[in-house]
Amino acid sequence: MIVASRTGQCVLGGAALAIASMPLWASAWHMQLASTALVGALFALSLQVLVGATGLVSLAQAGFFGLGAYAVQLLGSPPIWVTLPVAVVAAGLAALLIGPLALRTRGFFFLMTTLAFGQMLFFAFHDTPLGGGTDGVFIQRPFLGFAISRTARPAVFLLLNLGVLVAVYAGLCGLMRTMLGHALQGIRSNENRMAALGHDVQRLKLIAFVLAGALAGLAGHMAALTDGFVSPDLLGWHRSAEALLMILLGGIGALHGPILGAFALTAIQEAGTLVTDRPRLVEGVVFLAAVLFLRHGLAGWRR
Amino acid sequence: MLTGLIAQLLNGVQYGLLLFLISSGLTLIFGVMGVINLAHGSLFMIGAYLAFAVASATGVFWLALPAAVAGGVVLGALLERVLFRQFRTRPHLDQVLLTFALILLFEEARSALLGNEFHSVPVPSALDFSVPVIGGFGYSAYRLAVLVICLAVAGAMVWLIERTRIGSAIRAAAENTEMLDLLGLDAGRVHTFVFAGGTALAMLAGALAAPLQSVYPGMGDGFLILSFIVVVIGGLGSVAGAFWAALLVGLIDTLGKAYVPQAAGIAVCAMMAAVLLWRPTGLFGRG
Repeated sequence: MIVASRTGQCVLGGAALAIASMPLWASAWHMQLASTALVGALFALSLQVLVGATGLVSLAQAGFFGLGAYAVQLLGSPPIWVTLPVAVVAAGLAALLIGPLALRTRGFFFLMTTLAFGQMLFFAFHDTPLGGGTDGVFIQRPFLGFAISRTARPAVFLLLNLGVLVAVYAGLCGLMRTMLGHALQGIRSNENRMAALGHDVQRLKLIAFVLAGALAGLAGHMAALTDGFVSPDLLGWHRSAEALLMILLGGIGALHGPILGAFALTAIQEAGTLVTDRPRLVEGVVFLAAVLFLRHGLAGWRR
Repeated sequence: MLTGLIAQLLNGVQYGLLLFLISSGLTLIFGVMGVINLAHGSLFMIGAYLAFAVASATGVFWLALPAAVAGGVVLGALLERVLFRQFRTRPHLDQVLLTFALILLFEEARSALLGNEFHSVPVPSALDFSVPVIGGFGYSAYRLAVLVICLAVAGAMVWLIERTRIGSAIRAAAENTEMLDLLGLDAGRVHTFVFAGGTALAMLAGALAAPLQSVYPGMGDGFLILSFIVVVIGGLGSVAGAFWAALLVGLIDTLGKAYVPQAAGIAVCAMMAAVLLWRPTGLFGRG
């Protein structure tokens, strides 16, 4: 896992500043689009903890994302200092329940098991009246601590999402430099060697799985806040696959890869809806092209 | 009450056998080629739409079954030769993304050719009656026919895998791909055969299911997830495991939906969790 170089960090910092300045020059619609990309980046970054750092490809991630989003709806929108921790803890707890079962398996078995568990979370909201039904519901956004007018809303959520993403990214950069981070990366490159060195591989994987789940819950929470709407589709495995595409697009070997990938995919999807009336066709072609030709992602462009 | 239970049991077995057609292809393709195919549910959907197109164009439903098998063989062989062959040795992530791309492209192709509407395919008139089973209770003849056809296909598969030359090549490939080279067999041809066969089975299942339910865009999704669960419970690469696990999942899902609708999905999931706790490689999987 490559943490961006000093120059890279400067470029990322510059991009963050450019996004932070958007309320000064961009339209509300562009700010909403940027918010979508930021939430996507946060979600893909949570999955990168599993895929890029530990080498586990999970399809349950959208389930935790959706749990985080539904936490806002189920709580009835109390202030954000209540919803945010609850969303993170709920998603983390779900990961703590599913993780030990799914992690008994490896490779393809792990993929299939996580897909099945993720879909079960989806069915829990899709088939039962628990979360307001199949078509989704509008939610009241939690109180942020100050009153926001409708016109200020896109800018406020943009800055909020940016702040959360920067904090999570910085936290993960730090994590990758700790013993735990190195141990996770050791599992990715050779699991048996790590076991032979005396590491409790199973426990390390579970830590990564729960951390990734909790961060996905955070991303889902931010998505619910930004959109003011939750639906069972948030938990569907298609969303997990999209996050995987963001990682592949951006670069599987780099911690900042998912961020690049999320912005690239959001731009491509937006262009797809503007140019054609078949956006999924565009997305399918992008998936295919990325997997066939872009092996190292945008972060590894020059390799 | 009792007759209702018998009907649900028969439904469960018939649903399980359809699941077996889908998951046996999935498990064989994984066992022999080491490829995970998330687009397998879309192949089921394509089979159902093909049945709808053939049935409404010709008025003869039975033509849809050979059409689905032939279409599946051609499509499967093409996919294997053009795409999956080069993805055999690629990381899981790439295989997931490739097959997810295929799902999107298949759905778009279906939407462009046949639209997004729900369709219903009438039960073939020759079988549009009910058969008395016990005590004057009738069961749809078409459902019984599906049951018989699925059992016949399962029997043919066992014969093919256990008794024929290509079957022994498939077993050897599932054991160890290098074994094929040692035996002087062409691994590429075995892979094409397995992939084409798996695709044909999934599309046949779709065509058979078309008169039983409505034909609609996302119809493959539920089947994909359930067949993954079947493969996990049965053990990757094991056709016998897929058979028993498919019957189990079919029965639990059908009975669950009939008697405790909210818990059906959870029940299947709980069973998978139990199997994973007890035997992480599945009931019939090798260590």
